[in-house]
Parts: sequence; structure tokens; C-alpha cells
Amino acid sequence: MFPSQFEYLAPTTLEEALSLLAEHAEDAKVLAGGQSLIPLMKLRFAAPAMIIDINGVPGLSHLQEDRRGRGYLRVGALVRNAALERSELLKSRYPTMAAAAPLISDPLVRNQGTLVGSLVHADPQGDWGSVLLALEGEVVAKSTSGERRIPATSFFDGPFTTVLRSDELAVEARVPAPGPRSFGTYLKLERKVGDFATVGVAVSVSTERGVVTRAGIGLTGVGPANIKAVDAEQALVGHRLTGKAIQQAAHLAAAASEPRSDVRGSADYKREVVRVYVARGLHQAFDAKAA
Amino acid sequence: MHRSITVTVNGQSRTAEVEPRMLLVYFLREVLDLRGVHVGCDTTSCGVCAVLLDGVPVKSCTMFAVQADGRSLTTVEGLASNGQKHAVQEGFKEEHGLQCGFCTPAMMLVASALLEENANPSESEIRWAISGNLCRCTGYQNIVKAVQHAAATLNPQPASGRTT
Amino acid sequence: MAVTDTSPGWLGKSIKRKEDDRFIAGRGNYIEDINLPAMLHMAILRSPYAHARINGIDASAASALPGVVAVVTGELLAQHKLAWMPTLSGDTQAVLATDKVRFQGQEVACVIAEDRYVAHDALELIEVDYEPLPAVVDPFAALDDGAPLIRDDKDGQTDNRIYHWEAGDAEATERAFAEADRVVTVNTHYPRSHPAPLECCGCVADVNPASSRATIYMTSQAPHAIRTVFALVAGLPEQNIQVISPDIGGGFGNKVPVYPGYVVATAASLLIGRPVKWIEDRTGNLISTGFARDFHMKGELALTNDGRMLGLRVKMLSDQGYAYADAQPSKLKAGLFHIVTGSYDMPAAHVITDGAYTNKAPGGVAYRCSFRVTEASFLIERLVQSAAYDLGIDPVELRRKNFIRSDQFPYTSATGFVYDSGDYEGALDLALEKARYSELRAEQAELRKEGKLIGIGIASMTEALGAGPSRDYDILGIKMFDSAELRVHPTGKAILKLGVRHQGQGHETTFAQIVAHELGIPPDDILVHEGDTDNTPYGLGTYASRSTPVAGAAAAMVARKLRDKSKKIAAHLLEVAEEDLEWEIGKFSVKGAPDRSKTIQEIAFAAYTDHPPGMEAGLEGAHYYDPPNLTFPFATYIVVVEVDAETGEWKPRQVVAVDDCGVRINPMIVEGQIMGGLTEGFAMSAMQQITFDEDGNCIGANFMDYLLPTAWETPHFDLYETCTPSPHHPIGCKGVGESATVGSPAAFVNAVVDAVAHLGVRDVDMPVTSGAVWEAIQAVKGTG
Repeated sequence: MFPSQFEYLAPTTLEEALSLLAEHAEDAKVLAGGQSLIPLMKLRFAAPAMIIDINGVPGLSHLQEDRRGRGYLRVGALVRNAALERSELLKSRYPTMAAAAPLISDPLVRNQGTLVGSLVHADPQGDWGSVLLALEGEVVAKSTSGERRIPATSFFDGPFTTVLRSDELAVEARVPAPGPRSFGTYLKLERKVGDFATVGVAVSVSTERGVVTRAGIGLTGVGPANIKAVDAEQALVGHRLTGKAIQQAAHLAAAASEPRSDVRGSADYKREVVRVYVARGLHQAFDAKAA
Repeated sequence: MHRSITVTVNGQSRTAEVEPRMLLVYFLREVLDLRGVHVGCDTTSCGVCAVLLDGVPVKSCTMFAVQADGRSLTTVEGLASNGQKHAVQEGFKEEHGLQCGFCTPAMMLVASALLEENANPSESEIRWAISGNLCRCTGYQNIVKAVQHAAATLNPQPASGRTT
Repeated sequence: MAVTDTSPGWLGKSIKRKEDDRFIAGRGNYIEDINLPAMLHMAILRSPYAHARINGIDASAASALPGVVAVVTGELLAQHKLAWMPTLSGDTQAVLATDKVRFQGQEVACVIAEDRYVAHDALELIEVDYEPLPAVVDPFAALDDGAPLIRDDKDGQTDNRIYHWEAGDAEATERAFAEADRVVTVNTHYPRSHPAPLECCGCVADVNPASSRATIYMTSQAPHAIRTVFALVAGLPEQNIQVISPDIGGGFGNKVPVYPGYVVATAASLLIGRPVKWIEDRTGNLISTGFARDFHMKGELALTNDGRMLGLRVKMLSDQGYAYADAQPSKLKAGLFHIVTGSYDMPAAHVITDGAYTNKAPGGVAYRCSFRVTEASFLIERLVQSAAYDLGIDPVELRRKNFIRSDQFPYTSATGFVYDSGDYEGALDLALEKARYSELRAEQAELRKEGKLIGIGIASMTEALGAGPSRDYDILGIKMFDSAELRVHPTGKAILKLGVRHQGQGHETTFAQIVAHELGIPPDDILVHEGDTDNTPYGLGTYASRSTPVAGAAAAMVARKLRDKSKKIAAHLLEVAEEDLEWEIGKFSVKGAPDRSKTIQEIAFAAYTDHPPGMEAGLEGAHYYDPPNLTFPFATYIVVVEVDAETGEWKPRQVVAVDDCGVRINPMIVEGQIMGGLTEGFAMSAMQQITFDEDGNCIGANFMDYLLPTAWETPHFDLYETCTPSPHHPIGCKGVGESATVGSPAAFVNAVVDAVAHLGVRDVDMPVTSGAVWEAIQAVKGTG
């Protein structure tokens, strides 16, 4: 497994990286963790003429919370999944993310792979996409012509496709703080460690006085892209998290999924797992709230 | 096309000219002649290529050598010091933690990194830590025992009895 | 678990492995570590189609790429009569395709270049004009009239049938079924699997144009047999071929056959006059090299209402891919599959087998298996559990009622095996006790009331392994003996050379222990040498658990030959008659005068310095061991699983293994083999499978689709043993490397089925995915 030849550029400032991208937009691929890109290059499914390695760019390794307003989490483009897995901040305030992080690929891959890289790769079986959809996060993209913030709901544009322009660098993912009395988790059916999800379900629920004020449900592996189960979310908002409400949301989430039959299971099976996992995730949220 | 890189490998500074497409694993094997690191798959799945990058286990088949410029690497050849086997190496021999030996260097490196972080890991912590590394021979149980053996050597405290 | 044995001698001692030091230092010497001066590199172009005519290959652009030395095609090989080669079952397979490609991934052309990067760059420049043909994917459809003919290259081959072969007594079996109260049926597919050792295949072929000597380093479990095949295929004088198997990063049967890469690299080295290295990538390994299993089986068991087995009828269709390439030495077409009566005293059995060509890779290797006993063991153990449910008898009791009893050995089975020894009930009883079986059944009933599911699966397997005897077993005519040469040096140290080749099984330690036990030379003083055909005696190789039964016996026998000679030398040194000497491990002493003795080391020195007049100097010998029979290890495996009733997810909670492989030379190593075997058994039951779409595209040619378990999924194992020595092996051993892979898949599947049996589920095909369990539950819900 030997990649095709390419030119390697290792910018040392963000400005340099962005101007290289602007100059070579069509030919270049950005290398961060490389855990998706390099295997594709080894198999020669990808053969970029140029690699722009951003690992030497300062200012992209931040994992911190901005407490202004409702507050939000900032995940820099070079934050490794292992850092997310170990983050006490995530465990205490972003439970959906804390649950998802250890389920990304395997421990060694997590030491290199990044959340932002995973979003940009836009594999419909990628876990972070569902988490960002459930939490209504956004991607911060920079180019020589400026910066824009792209909501997760409009970031994905089909399998392995995003709305990111080829001269843009995704520098950060932002996730709004769920706030107090918020709960969430990520459940993943995988056949073994390192497997892509047969089904993944991200849930996040915020409540006030027992009534759901915000609900997020993202689905992995059951459609041409990560799916935000909007009907299921809306069915929860304004209601108490009763068994009946949970069952209804679970059914709506299953209905929102568009799985295909494959070696991982039939479409019917995957739809049923969506239903079961959404219900379990919400019940866990409910139990956590009670605790 | 070639770039000059300088990497600290097992404590020694090494400089070489490499083509950007050269994977780190082949740089170690073919340029530096460190053959304890192996290749077992094409898809970042098996982990027999694992080395420590600044002390952290990574799959050297999924990294270009040029990315290691200025970094520090540890391979199996760097585990022993002053002619003394590392406790993990002893553990693997004592507990029959290897058979064909192909996954062994990577397993030992991952285990050594785990023990740096967690002096007394439980069985499931060990299993979790090595879950990015495949072994086809042992069934892993003796690898777990090998790591526990090493932990006991490095940190001769009574086991805490943690089970999770 | 292994207990330290303090008895005299070296059998039963868990000494640490002699081979480990080089591996833990990273100083193993695998094929990828072999580099020779002026070495070239080879890469293989593979077919994207499962079935297509090749109208032409244009390699001009590839040949013109700087650094490319040659592009080898089937046409070029055909000029040297090397385009086709024999398989281990006497069929033919293409080295490089000439007329057609017959499976996706088939070798079409090879690039030989100065480095691997250029070799792979050049692959992309080769233009092949393919004319796609309809692919035959289903082996049943392959046998239909009008199915596309796959092997139109073979004279007289008019359909896709490879063989039809039967064993047992059809009439007696019909009578048994006529008398039966009940007939229980299991229809199952043992999926196509792949041994997938972590090291792929590879070679470095070095043909010296001046001396015509070919030195071929290769990943081979059977270097001697490979040398002979090369001599026969290429017409090279056999003394000019040296095959060296360096350290092997796992084999499991994958590294027994001759693969096109070896042949092309050798031919290229011959034509170019420089060494050529070929290292397979994982995709190439999984898509083209020896697969295993892929048997479609229907088993019918005839019983009385009180659970007595009367007869067994089996129909099996083997999906062989495009060549019949089973790596198996039996004269019987389906290997040892007819051991399908298992551990049971079956009055009558009839086994009907057919083999079909399909547009898939050839293979049929003995993947941690003695030539198809794995499929047989799975079928009978699944049948027994189904029968127990249908009869309302506990699966334990049904087994007990029908086991071959200890006093029936040697036992001749309905299909003709002569089982050497066994105590099946003893192994079962110990396993039940260790698993706390009756408590488990009570717990299962309690949990069901809460809607929670656990299942208990049992497999009481017996297998047949250790081929020869040579009257029954050969590979391309070469008899299945094995060999050992032993030389004791003047200083009392020794070298033991064997015809087998280990891939992690611990031969360097175990075989040293055998000699140590027979001669009293400590294992550390004995170098075990394998894998170099110039420097080891002829042997058939390491696979199918045959090394200890056959080569281990040879090692014991050659040591005894040297002991006999040592006795003569001792008598000479002590100036007594041979009859006056007695042996205890490590020395001869004079009967009644134990202070008058000579150690083996003293005797060895004398063999070179003071040997008796008329005796040849030296202390060395050879033994070619032809076993009188196979050996028949057995085991009971009990698996407890938890099943999620809503999603079908399952995981093992407990695995108890009681293995009986006769005498254990190194219990630590034996247990290592069993744990490895259990893991592969779990892997096969849970996840390993190579599948194809309707066009014959291989799904599973990488480790993201062909799944191997990690430490996280793999359960903890509790190991126990009983010991029933083989009556015919010199030290009472049976093979063990594969028992758990052979026997445990049925225990895992039985456990999952057992968890949902009360719902009416009787079967779930492997691999038992969570989806498959869920579908099985839905299916019985539908039927109410």
C-alpha cells in the first residue's frame, strides 16, 4: 500500500495555510489527523497532488469553553479524539460528546484523529456528525476572504460531501452548552471496536421544571448522511419526558431514518435499533435527571 | 521532492531525506533499519505498526514520515535499556503473551504507554487500551496477564482490586 | 490452569519459550526483513471482475515508466509453460490469467521494478481489455443446467461440478431412518472464512544465473513440499532449489498452498537474474489466497423418542471457487468431513458431498482445522442441540446417552474412522461442574421471567488429526510422514532438525522438551532448527495439528535411537555389558552400583573421542515417523451468553473449556493454543465472513469488512483438562492447536440459540450478528 506521489507543504501560520489553500484549492487536501485521508491515499482511492499539513499551525489545538451568553464549546481543528475522550469538561457539561468520544474508531486512531477532520470527511457513518446535529453545533471555516460559521444542519451535503469551499479551512467546531438540567448520551451499535456504526444515536435533552425545552437527536449510519430527527425532537419539546413521550419520539426517529440493507443488518433491523436506542438514550437521560 | 527530516528515535537524533509519500512505518523499517515495527493491513485496522510518538501510541502506517519531523519516537528496539529488558518485555515472556511474535512489538509499546499513565490497570482497562491492536494467536488473555505482570514489576503495590 | 509439574523429566513442564527473546526484542526475522543486494520489487495487478474474458493487455506505458524492469503477463508465462500450476488437490489454477479471469482479485499481471513505489505506480498504467461475463456466485446455481461454464479451459469439463463423493452406508442409514421416531434437521451454511494471519504472504526469490541455484525465502508452513512442487512445476532440479521459511507471522493454514505471487517472483528472478521480493498487501491476502470453510450442509439425525441416535444423513455442497484447491492430503474429496458422527456412537451414517466451481477465489485450506473436521463438528453439535429441544431432553443428557463410551475404544465409526482413545463423559462432567451448569439453568429460568435472556451452549467435540498414516494420506503423492534429525555435539549440546515449520506454536521449546525428556539434555542446550530445506530432513509441514502427533513422535523416536547408541558407549566406558545398565533421565548407571554412571554429556563426548572399536563415531541419527493412525483429541466447551431481546446484541459471559489432548508436553503452550483457538472459534461464530454481491464482487477484502475480534470483544476463558493418552503415540500426545477452533463455534451458536429457543428459534446462521438474531426472533414471532 503505497500512496501516489504528492507535494507536501507544512505551513507554520494560519495565514500561510489559508493562502496555500487559496492558491492550490483544487489540487490540495488538508492533513490534520490523517486517519481517514491517509488510508484512502494508501488504497489510491484518493491521490491529491498536494498535501497541506496543518499540524504545525499554532492556535488550532484549543479545547475550551467560551462562557459568554449561554456559552459554547470550542474544539480546534487539531484537537485529537483522545483529548475529547479524556476531557473532564466534556464529562461534566457535554455528556453526549463525552459518550461519543470513546466510541470513535480505536484508541490508537483516537490519538491522532480529530473531531473537525471527521466532520469535514463527512462519512455518513461518522459519529461526530450526528452529535453535532443533535447539539446544533457549527463549523467555523476560514479563508483568505474571511470567516463564516456554518451550522451543522447545513454543513453536510451528502455522503462525503460538505458545503465547505475548497479554499476554506475548517478551523473549529462549536457546540452550544446544553445548559443546566440537560442530559444526553451517544449509543452506538458496532460489531467490534474500530467498526463504523451499524446504528448510532446521539440524544441531548434540556428541561425546565420537568418540561423539555430543547431536544436533539442525531442518527448515524442510517442514511446517505447523518440525520437530524427533527420530528422526534419537536415531539418532545414542551412535554414531560414520560414513557409515552419517549416512545413517540423513538418511533418518529425510526421513521426519519433511511437505512439500507447490508452486511451489518437489514433496513428493518436498523430502523428498529434506531427506535430502541433513541428510547434507551432518552430513558437514560430521564434517569440521569432523576438522579 | 525529497525533504530532510530529523527525528529523535529511541533517544538518538536521526536525519534523512525522504519522499513525502513514504509512510512512517517504512521510514523506520527501511531507512533506519528498525524492523521490529511491522505492517499487517492497509486500513489502519490491525495496529502491528504501532510506535510511540512523543510517548503516545500511534499507527505508523497512517502517518507520513515527514509528519514526524522534529518529533520523538520510541520503537520496540528502544524498550530495553542498558541491556535490561523492559518490564513489559519480561511480562510477555513470563506469561506467554506471544506466539508468532508479529503483533508483539506493537502490543508491548501500547502496554508500556498504558503503564506510564495507569500504574495498576484492571483487566478491562488493559483490554480497552489494546483494542486498537489485533492478535490472531493468543486470544489476548495472556497479553492481559503479561501487562499485569509488568505492572506488578514496575509498581510492586498490592493490587487495588478494581474490576472496571 | 497450568500447574507446575515437579516430576522428573521434561514432560508436563511449563518452561518459558526459548523463541521469545528475539521476538520481544523486535529481532524476529520475517519475510519482510529479508533484503538482498540488487533486489527488485514485485506488485500484482488484480482483476476487478469476477468473470471476464481478457481480450488484451497493454503494458507499454507501465514498461516505459522509469524504474520498471519488467511487466509479466500470463502470455509471457505461457511461453515458459508456467501460466498454470497444479493445486494441492490435483486441479489446476492460473498463475497469471491468460484466457479469462475467474474471480475478483485474480492475478492478471505483475510489475517488477527497482522499488515498490514505482511498482505500484506502474500497476495503474497497465491497460487490460476485459469483456465481462456473467458471474456464478451461488454454488447451487452453479450446478444448474445452463449455468455459465467457469472452467472452459479444462478438456472434458462440461459443467461446474468438481466432485461427487459419498461415505458411510446408504442402505443401513435408510433403514435407521425408517425405524426412527423422530428426524431432526439442521440446514446451515458454514460461511466462507479466511485465516488472516497478521503477516500477509510474501517471498524473496533469488535465482543465481551463474549457478542456477534458486534460493526462495517464503512464508510457507510446508517448505519441503513446496520445494518438490516447484521442482515438478518449473522443471528445476530439486537439489538446486532451497526453500527457506523464516519466522512466520501466523499461518493458520493460509500459508500452506503455493500462490501465484511465489511462482511469478521466482520466474522473474530466473528471467532477470536478480532477486525479486513480493510482499502481499492485505487486500491481496483476503481476496485471493486460501479461504476456508464455505460448506452448505443439511444434516438429518434419526432418533428414538427416548433420545437414542439411530442414524445420521448428511448432504453437503462445497463452494470451492474456481479451482479445487483444498490443502488436504486425504484421498477423499471432502477431506475428513466424514468424521461428522462426532463423539457419538452412531449405528449408521451416510454422507453425500458435492463440490462446485464458482467465480470466487480458490482455497479450501485447513484453517486451524484438520481438513474439514471443523464443518463436521459444527453440524453434529448443532444437530444434537436441535434434537434435544425437539425431544424435550436436556442437551447434556442427550449427549450422555449417545457418547461413545470409554470402554468402546478403539472405536470404529460408521464412516470408517478408528478412534484411538477417549473419555467424553469425563470431559463433559468436568465442564458442567466448572460452569455450574444446573445453577445456570435455574438462573436462565429466573431471568426469563424478567425478560432477560441468557443462553447456555455446549459442544462436545472430537476431531481426527495428525496425518498420516501414509497409506491413507499424501499430498500430490508425497506420503504424510514426518521427520527429525538429531545431533548431539561433543560438549553434550544438541541440534534437532525437523521437517515441520512452526508459525508461533512453540516448537523451539516443545520439541526441545521432548528430546530433553528422552535424553536428559536440558532444553536450553538443544537448538531446534526448522524451515530450511537444505538443512532439515524432509517433512510435510505444520498444519492440521500434525506437528506434535507426527514430528513430535519423530523427535522422541530419534532421541531413543541415540539413547540406544549411548547405552553401547556407556557400556564401553563403564566396562560392563549393556544389560547391566539402567537408564534414568540423563544418565546410564550400573545396576546395583548407582555411583558408577555416565551422563549423556559424558557419553556424547566419548562418541567423538572414545567410542567403542567398530562403532561409527558421532552421536546423531534421523527418524521418519509414519503414524499408525490419526489421533483423536476431544473437548467439551460450554459458553454462556447474554442476549439483548430487543436488538439481538449478544456477548459471551463465560467460556469453560475442558480439553483432552493426551499428554501435555508444555502445558503453558498448550493453553496458549487453546485460548487462541477459542478466540478464532468465537470470531467465526460472531463476525468473520467473506461475502460476495450478486456480481461476484468480494465484500470483505480488508479488515474493515472482514472483522477480527479485539481484546475488547474477546471473552475471558476458563481452561481445564482431562488426560487420556493416545495409545499409539510414543509419548501419548494428541494434537491440540486446532481443537478449540474446531469445537467452539458450535458452543457459541448453541448458546445464542439456547437464549431464544423458548421463543421457538432453532437456528441462526454464522456469523451470528445481532441483526441475524433479531431476524430469527422476528421470524418465529410471525409464525406464533
